[in-house]
Amino acid sequence: MSQPSLELIKKEIETILPRYPRKEAAILPALHLVQRRLGYITAESEKLVAQVLGVRPVRVREVVTFYTMFSQKPLGKYHLQVCSNLSCTLAGGETVLDYLREKLKIKVGETTADGRFTLTTVECLGACDQAPCLMVNDDLHGRLDKTKIDELLARLE
Amino acid sequence: MSERVISRDFEMAHLFEIGVYLERGGYGAARQALQLKPEEIVEEIKKASLRGRGGAGFPAGLKWSFVPKVDKPKYLCVNADEGEPGTFKDRFIMSHNPHLLIEGIIITSYAVGINLAFIYIRGEYELIAQRLEKAIAEAKEKGFLGKNIFDSGFNLEVVVHRGAGAYICGEETALLESLEGKRGHPRLKPPFPASVGLFQMPTVINNVETIANVPYIIQKGAAWFTGLGLPKDGGTRLFGVSGMVERPGVYELPVGTPLRRIIFDYGGGVKNGRKLKGVIPGGMSAPILLPEEIDVPMDCESVAKIGSMLGSGAIIVIDDQTPILEVLRLVTKFYSHESCGQCTPCRLGTSWINKIVKRIVAGQGRKGDIDQIERLASQIKGRTLCPLGDAAAMPILALVKKFRQELEAQLTH
Repeated sequence: MSQPSLELIKKEIETILPRYPRKEAAILPALHLVQRRLGYITAESEKLVAQVLGVRPVRVREVVTFYTMFSQKPLGKYHLQVCSNLSCTLAGGETVLDYLREKLKIKVGETTADGRFTLTTVECLGACDQAPCLMVNDDLHGRLDKTKIDELLARLE
Repeated sequence: MSERVISRDFEMAHLFEIGVYLERGGYGAARQALQLKPEEIVEEIKKASLRGRGGAGFPAGLKWSFVPKVDKPKYLCVNADEGEPGTFKDRFIMSHNPHLLIEGIIITSYAVGINLAFIYIRGEYELIAQRLEKAIAEAKEKGFLGKNIFDSGFNLEVVVHRGAGAYICGEETALLESLEGKRGHPRLKPPFPASVGLFQMPTVINNVETIANVPYIIQKGAAWFTGLGLPKDGGTRLFGVSGMVERPGVYELPVGTPLRRIIFDYGGGVKNGRKLKGVIPGGMSAPILLPEEIDVPMDCESVAKIGSMLGSGAIIVIDDQTPILEVLRLVTKFYSHESCGQCTPCRLGTSWINKIVKRIVAGQGRKGDIDQIERLASQIKGRTLCPLGDAAAMPILALVKKFRQELEAQLTH
């Protein structure tokens, strides 16, 4: 998959601006867009966002580093985020995490050598009725056990 | 089962499509409301004793009436940031019935004189955000949003704004900062958002569930609403039950339903036939209750009276085989991670406590550690700009107070 040029991303960001009374309010949606298109937030794309929204680059950088969903380094094709909060832990969330570590042979925060999977933990995903749960990119998967994780990973491979 | 209001039609498979919603009488309340005077709507919501469903329990009608009647832009921000651990009711509402939320937004905006509303939704709810955007487009196509809605001369646009992973942005002033494209650092109050809010303009911030009640109050009246719940705390609540319980899920029940009934009659009791050790009644920041305290009626005042809070109505059940140290570890891990870093007592206090707790978990607990945790938590409480400091301190203090013996027994040195 070839990456879209920054010029194209700039045009897309410009379409977001009319939603807001002030341009700088579009920083978060602009960064979401960048991450979706490029996979992570590069230094050049930060500058681009700053330029389009008319703010200093540092304003964009402070937002990027504040919010956990923005990544400054490439993520795997599938980003697995395992909930490590209370209800999920009570329901066996740590077993889920251990099993994924073992299967993927990576630590939390790492990406597999083939670039397919990144494994991280996350605070409450708002799906405690489906504990233990995790997200794979935008999709939520709940009531996990080893069999379900096997099936899930098989589908992603 | 008692009368369900918000979740009445949630078993219907395609309720999120406007056609199905219209068949169920959808947008009838908005049509009706736009024929009323705005102040009549505010009055009705006040009489209904609709209290905020996000955590603080502030009366919604009163909040609306604080907005000055000035000729400048005003904004509505619907708080869909749902990050309080244990809470998943707003996900439930928005994924099943996005149009109910939109209808509530129309009525609220009209009542307060707002022409631009934002739904601030947590970034992890991307698929729900897409569903909301689709619903907004459908509503706009029908003329329920946009210009001259129901020929009333009233205009309204609704924008879905995604957060990006920060619990603090559920705090209303941090939410405003975030919507303005900044880090989620809470603001000093006063001024309150009702007078100086988003982009310095008067702003109303309400939780998803609060807004979702509005169409029904307009349709059925304040008396019906208080009749469902209590005179000072009307309606139903979507209680989210999770943790060590047989049937986790969302249960819509009248405000004032005893906690014991919610856990045992609806949640099916403690999982695997175990015994109850404690219950967190309103999301992670609500102080834990002991088994002998669970006859409490679940309304704001009753839960506050016994030293906890109804919060977001998120009930987390803890069984007798779960070590309290583990609960304390997860609570302190969460708040030290989510502290925005602006106020020193919260930034340093939460991570210091978490460090001590991790040391105890590693078998390196020292005499005096529990006292130190208590001292640190007390020094966070009341000393921060926003309620996150208290939200961290209160559950920690309650765990220490109610389970001191068990925690002390974990200290090895």
